Amino acid sequence: MISLMQSFRIRGGVHPDPRKTATTDLSISSDFPLPKKLYIPLQQHVGKPAEPVVRVGDYVYKGQLLAHSQGMISAPVHAPSSGIISDIADYPAPHPSALPIRTVFMETDGKDVWQLLKPPTDPFGLSAEEISLRVGAAGVVGMGGATFPAAVKLNLGRKNKISTLLINGGECEPYLTCDDRLMQESADGIIDGIRIMLHGMETPQAIVGIEDNKPAAFRAMKKAAADFRQIEVRQVPTHYPMGWDRQLIRYLTGKEVPADGRATDVGVLMHNVATAYAIHKAIRHNRPLVDRVVTIAGGAAGSPGNIWVPIGTLISELLDFCRVDRPRMARLVMGGPMMGDALPIAELPVVKATSGILALTQDEITRGSEQACIRCARCISACPAGLLPVDMANRIRSNQLESAVDIGLKDCISCGSCSYVCPSNIPLVHYFKYAAGELAARQQAQHKSEQTKKLIEERNKRIERIEKQKAEEAARELAAKVAKYSADQAEQVL
Amino acid sequence: MLNLRPTTGPHTRENLSIGGIMRQVIYALIPATLFGLYLFGWPAINLFLITLFSALVFEYVCLKLADKPALPALKDSSALLTAWLLAMSLPPWAPWWVGVTGAGLAIILGKQVYGGLGQNLFNPAMLARVALLISFPLELTTWVNVAPWLSETAPDFKTGLHITFMGLDNVDSTTGATVLGYVKTELSQKHPLSASLADIYNSNNAWLGFMRGSLSETSAILLILGGGWLLFKKIITWHIPLSIIVSVALISAVFNALNPEIYLSPSVHLSSGALMCTAFFIATDYVTSPNTPLGQLIFGSACGLLIFTIRTWGGYPEGAAFAILLMNALTPLIDHYVKPRIYGRDRQGRPLEL
Amino acid sequence: MYVLSAIASLATLGLVLGWLLAIAAKYLKVESNPIVEELEALMPGSQCGQCGFPGCRPAAQAIANGEAPITVCPPGGSALAEQFAALLGVSIDLSNFEEPEFLIAKVSEDTCTGCTRCFKVCPTDAIVGAAKQIHAVVADACTGCQKCIAVCPTECLQMHKPEVTLRNWRWQKPLPEPVGAPA
Repeated sequence: MISLMQSFRIRGGVHPDPRKTATTDLSISSDFPLPKKLYIPLQQHVGKPAEPVVRVGDYVYKGQLLAHSQGMISAPVHAPSSGIISDIADYPAPHPSALPIRTVFMETDGKDVWQLLKPPTDPFGLSAEEISLRVGAAGVVGMGGATFPAAVKLNLGRKNKISTLLINGGECEPYLTCDDRLMQESADGIIDGIRIMLHGMETPQAIVGIEDNKPAAFRAMKKAAADFRQIEVRQVPTHYPMGWDRQLIRYLTGKEVPADGRATDVGVLMHNVATAYAIHKAIRHNRPLVDRVVTIAGGAAGSPGNIWVPIGTLISELLDFCRVDRPRMARLVMGGPMMGDALPIAELPVVKATSGILALTQDEITRGSEQACIRCARCISACPAGLLPVDMANRIRSNQLESAVDIGLKDCISCGSCSYVCPSNIPLVHYFKYAAGELAARQQAQHKSEQTKKLIEERNKRIERIEKQKAEEAARELAAKVAKYSADQAEQVL
Repeated sequence: MLNLRPTTGPHTRENLSIGGIMRQVIYALIPATLFGLYLFGWPAINLFLITLFSALVFEYVCLKLADKPALPALKDSSALLTAWLLAMSLPPWAPWWVGVTGAGLAIILGKQVYGGLGQNLFNPAMLARVALLISFPLELTTWVNVAPWLSETAPDFKTGLHITFMGLDNVDSTTGATVLGYVKTELSQKHPLSASLADIYNSNNAWLGFMRGSLSETSAILLILGGGWLLFKKIITWHIPLSIIVSVALISAVFNALNPEIYLSPSVHLSSGALMCTAFFIATDYVTSPNTPLGQLIFGSACGLLIFTIRTWGGYPEGAAFAILLMNALTPLIDHYVKPRIYGRDRQGRPLEL
Repeated sequence: MYVLSAIASLATLGLVLGWLLAIAAKYLKVESNPIVEELEALMPGSQCGQCGFPGCRPAAQAIANGEAPITVCPPGGSALAEQFAALLGVSIDLSNFEEPEFLIAKVSEDTCTGCTRCFKVCPTDAIVGAAKQIHAVVADACTGCQKCIAVCPTECLQMHKPEVTLRNWRWQKPLPEPVGAPA
């Protein structure tokens, strides 16, 4: 009965072909050879970029701080291995545009020596504030792809006195199995990370949601959590986008987050399982976030799998390691196939957000040509946010962005469900991303226009002032001349 | 090789195309169509093929005139499906020019003048059928007796051609009224239903389809079977068919209980006329029906109400086509007012309160 | 009789309504055209003259009088046109509207003589520098009005596309694919 009630809580969504079988049974490999060069971008998180504290030529140990966070929302960056800083300059970012971003270049010495590590600490002897501080100092960010600094979120949870911590083990994107494998292999570490988070947020309970297509991960997590009554491990239906935090919140707690609010408004907060594991490593073993599990999959990958990869590794090296058939690779995707970004080149670094690298063949990405909309309304029933994708796209197509906003453009989460089901192959998500960017640009333009007006006013005032000064000076000179003249006259008279 | 033009996700798609959808609908129509062609023989086959062929020709010409690539549009089978539904709604032995005119009306007036696929306000097949019915009332209400293939009364191929291209000679001996038509005439002469139904209605034959009518009015069972296939393949949802069937059944049950001598029972309503075809194949047309489940329920219930109203009190014995056109006109209004609730917002679009 | 009463009632109706209209015209008269001020307030205000009018206010007046289209302001683009449409309560079809390309001025350092003419004309003080020193354009303040281009004696000022960075990179609008074209 309860499960029936809960299934009503899922709206929209799709059931893409999971395509996880190639990697789900392979244990995470630690055999990836340490790259000779690492490229560590200074911004791998939401917020302000980190500021470098090392100089070119410095020798750094693994785990040493490379750049510290600046501002309220930011995260530091650490050395993924030991070696010499060879440069700090612009390098293409793992982004669809591959535009440059400030990056630390590092030449590894192959020794992979850790900096002097503090002995393991008992997290439960630390204060809640200390936990947040340490998580922040370790550079932990949301590993599911959102890359929001984890410490900021812990503080938010503590300040808002949330009642439940939700742990997202959904991994609803096709191909990806890195969270699945991590749960199967390191369930104890994840559960420990969850307990540390609970301690750090002073929150009484946690619920872990795992999609029911990962029975092995569910069993492992259930077993690891058996001794901790405050942690409940639950199965959730396999349903994309189950990993959307608001969908999972509604499913697990029955609460709906208001459109203008945050998850904390309904007393919950969500973290990813990989984040929990990173926090476990950061607090229990004092190891900052310098590597992560990456799923390498896709039709062009000769030996797909999950691999522990140092941050900053070039994707091209991973492709070679997994024997990716480059000519057959028609698209290179970072993340999952639904929401991930297509990358134009492979010589881009792995970052904290890189959950997967997909080398997709033409067969896997082929879609038919774009055709007329037949108003089948599949996009409407697929939208988990309850929007009208077809109407929004039509308005955007005719450049009526404001009216697209009126019918909910800003509530779109770009999950891709609508484009996925569209039989006419209309690039709906592309329209929404374009509109979101265009609206942001307009806002900037608006801001600039206001600034411009201010500048013009200031300039006009200045010109006026200068004119006035000139006029006054001229008047003064004239007066002086007159005075002198009259004085001369007076002298002559005298 | 990598494509350098930035591409957004999703990088995977469901394997479904417009052509695929249209073809599934056609597959679902095949049993009822074959059965109907079996019942009415060569003239029905001739008319069917003529309608289909001329629709494709009209589609091709329209696309060429509009300077659009014709082949891909023809391949999506949408014109074929429109013509198929139109052909199924015509009297099986109607002359060839009815099929050609109907196909022209459906493709040109019903679809292409609006801008082609997806742009039309009205269901093209029903628009054509109603236009034909009003323009050529005699041809559109000449219902031939059931004459199964290879039976004694069935015309052979040559006679079939004669009927299709030269017309029907012995009209009186080979034709009659449909159940709904006969009952309507009898009622107008104050004959009670118990008497008139006994003359013409046989429950088993009605559900199986052994009676006069167009192909879409004969076998209710085979049409339900096809509808079930579409539901199973998730081409359509249950909302429109069920709401039409339930609303017709409920309203007719109420009136039938009030006076069974004037008002037909639910089972007669459901088994006669084009009700099942309308519920599963016509009203569910994506382009001309509402987008949201709630909108579809409103649409279907109103269709059912209109069908019952026209059948019971209207001038025509069957009201399905009129009901569909009327509700097509209301679809934009329904879509305007019935929208899904956005996550985190109430129905008015305001953020939820805590 | 009926005819008379019909004529009488219609005549009364006409008189009453006409009288009401006359009163309305007298008491609800709009003195000036406040819409011009509102239009002008939305405009960039740099008086750049790219619209062909001598400044923002004349252009606003022309729009209010229906002498110029609401898409008249090139720096404002379609965003401004949409705001105008909302303000004037008109609907616009922007589907064929081509966004004007936004360019900003850039000083070529090889040929700049430091003559200071450009920054004297710049309406937004976007050009910095001093006499006999190479000038530079502050990209964030430049409105692309091209006034500096006209006064530069060495043609060292040129219009360029603003530099694309990760911060201002945007998805392009999807190109309309011809129906039925191969993917």
